[in-house]
Amino acid sequence: MDWGWIVDNRDLILELLIEHIWLSAIPVVIGLAVALVLGVLAHTYRWAYPPLLVVVGVLYTIPSLALFIVLPVVLGTQILNPLNILIALTIYSGALLVRTVVDGLDAVPPAVRKAAEGLGYKRLTRIVTVELPIAIPVIVAGLRVVTVANISMVSVGALIGIGGLGELFTSGFQIRFVTEIIVGLVLSLLLAVTADLLLVFLQRKTTPWDRLGATA
Amino acid sequence: MIEFESVSKRFPDGTVAVDDVSLVAPQGKLTVLVGPSGCGKTTSLAMVNRLVDVTSGRILVDGKDVSQTDRVELRRGIGYVIQHSGLFPHRTVLDNVTTVPRLLGWDKKKTRERAYELIEMVGLSTEQAGRYPAQLSGGQQQRVGVARALASDPPVMLMDEPFSAVDPVVRSSLQDEFLRLQDQVGKTILFVTHDIDEAIKLGDKVAVFAEGGHLAQIDSPGDLLAAPADGFVASFVGRDRGYRRLQFLPSDGVGVRSAPTARIGDRALDGWTLAVDGDDRPLGWLAPGADSVTQDRLEPLGSTFTKTDSLRAALEAVLVSPAGLAVRLDDDGCVDGVVDHATLAEHHQASSETAHSGQESR
Repeated sequence: MDWGWIVDNRDLILELLIEHIWLSAIPVVIGLAVALVLGVLAHTYRWAYPPLLVVVGVLYTIPSLALFIVLPVVLGTQILNPLNILIALTIYSGALLVRTVVDGLDAVPPAVRKAAEGLGYKRLTRIVTVELPIAIPVIVAGLRVVTVANISMVSVGALIGIGGLGELFTSGFQIRFVTEIIVGLVLSLLLAVTADLLLVFLQRKTTPWDRLGATA
Repeated sequence: MIEFESVSKRFPDGTVAVDDVSLVAPQGKLTVLVGPSGCGKTTSLAMVNRLVDVTSGRILVDGKDVSQTDRVELRRGIGYVIQHSGLFPHRTVLDNVTTVPRLLGWDKKKTRERAYELIEMVGLSTEQAGRYPAQLSGGQQQRVGVARALASDPPVMLMDEPFSAVDPVVRSSLQDEFLRLQDQVGKTILFVTHDIDEAIKLGDKVAVFAEGGHLAQIDSPGDLLAAPADGFVASFVGRDRGYRRLQFLPSDGVGVRSAPTARIGDRALDGWTLAVDGDDRPLGWLAPGADSVTQDRLEPLGSTFTKTDSLRAALEAVLVSPAGLAVRLDDDGCVDGVVDHATLAEHHQASSETAHSGQESR
């Protein structure tokens, strides 16, 4: 380990870390928003769900590297535009989270839905204020998977020039400099663990009613 | 008042769930819809708040045709309690109870005050208001469900097997408490159950549904037991309906005779002696053959009855008494007299001939 290199390059490392964070976080946020809309629609209009599943299934099988390279052609963006990475990861996040949102809504106990309907909730109010809050534990489980997956996939972007901490891997490999690779690896790992813990913490804060035993 | 006028429900696949049902659930009374599963009782209930729409016929709630009322508005004006409570797991007891007032945009402070009142009325403590449903027992959850249905003080309530999912002991106490509550609030209630005993216990009127969704009979519980309309109703209300019917016959007027009482330390009487304390409150029975009344030789009293109890309570008291004599107590709990089996039987025969409708005993 070349500790001196780390100290000398701390500004670069910090810059890459911050880039890594927003490259992986923004797609989760936008992907979740898209998935909530599509998921609620698929939950409400049941016939739309099977074809939607086929579409998101196909999207998810596209290799990330292929998508990073194809997107500039399709969108007409520069190859080094971070938008390519953001859009690609948003597609993956959304594709995974649609399923999660529908699963979460499906897991709402029928008696709860029936009661809400019978007490006079309008449909959209019922979904937003009753069903989605109850689906939070399931949705957060999906968010954790997507967030960690994004953090690892951002590094792949380094192969086309934008990849946050992944750029430490590519350059470290090129010049056979182990310290750089290890720094990238450790920070990616720490970032993934921190993000995951943050989501767990958020879930605990938003769902105090969950994890209560019936005998408590 | 809830009125069904020739109501039918045919589902798109052709099954007839409800077949030409006409009935009236009177103002301030509890009307039970009972029958085997698949007889259309739940569908009938769901048509009142339009969770299901009628195929033909009309349902009127307080004179208004429900099909002419906006679904959401209609539902907010009708209390609704279901099996498994259907409480919102992510909201506290208080927030669950205030659901409908909040939907209606009522004053927050008033709503909370009312909610606390209701929480106590259904037998929970206000400390439980901040708890989540998962922290309550099944019986407590059902109580919250009832409080939630009452929160906006709707004149009409629909209850769909509300006590079916709790164990028998809890169910029985929920039923008793609910009857007391209904005495206070006097709602017009339509109550669905598959349990004939529950129907008989709770209903002012009981509507028995048969398979195919047709209404076999609607009557007071006493009349239903006394005169089932057909073989189906007779078999559905059960073999021991004669015994159960006793609970709708008053015991008042049965010929009690004075009790063979003695105090502790007194000489025993011939035959069975009823030991009493200084205030004439019963202590237990002393078997024949003893010289004096001593505490340690007393046999348990079994159950007792009062003037306001039914013949069923009196008969029960005879059956469990070691002496074959039921002890009647007055309002102060003092011995008022005893009655034997033969006297009860005579009284029963006489009152059956005058055919009481049975509501007096409740």
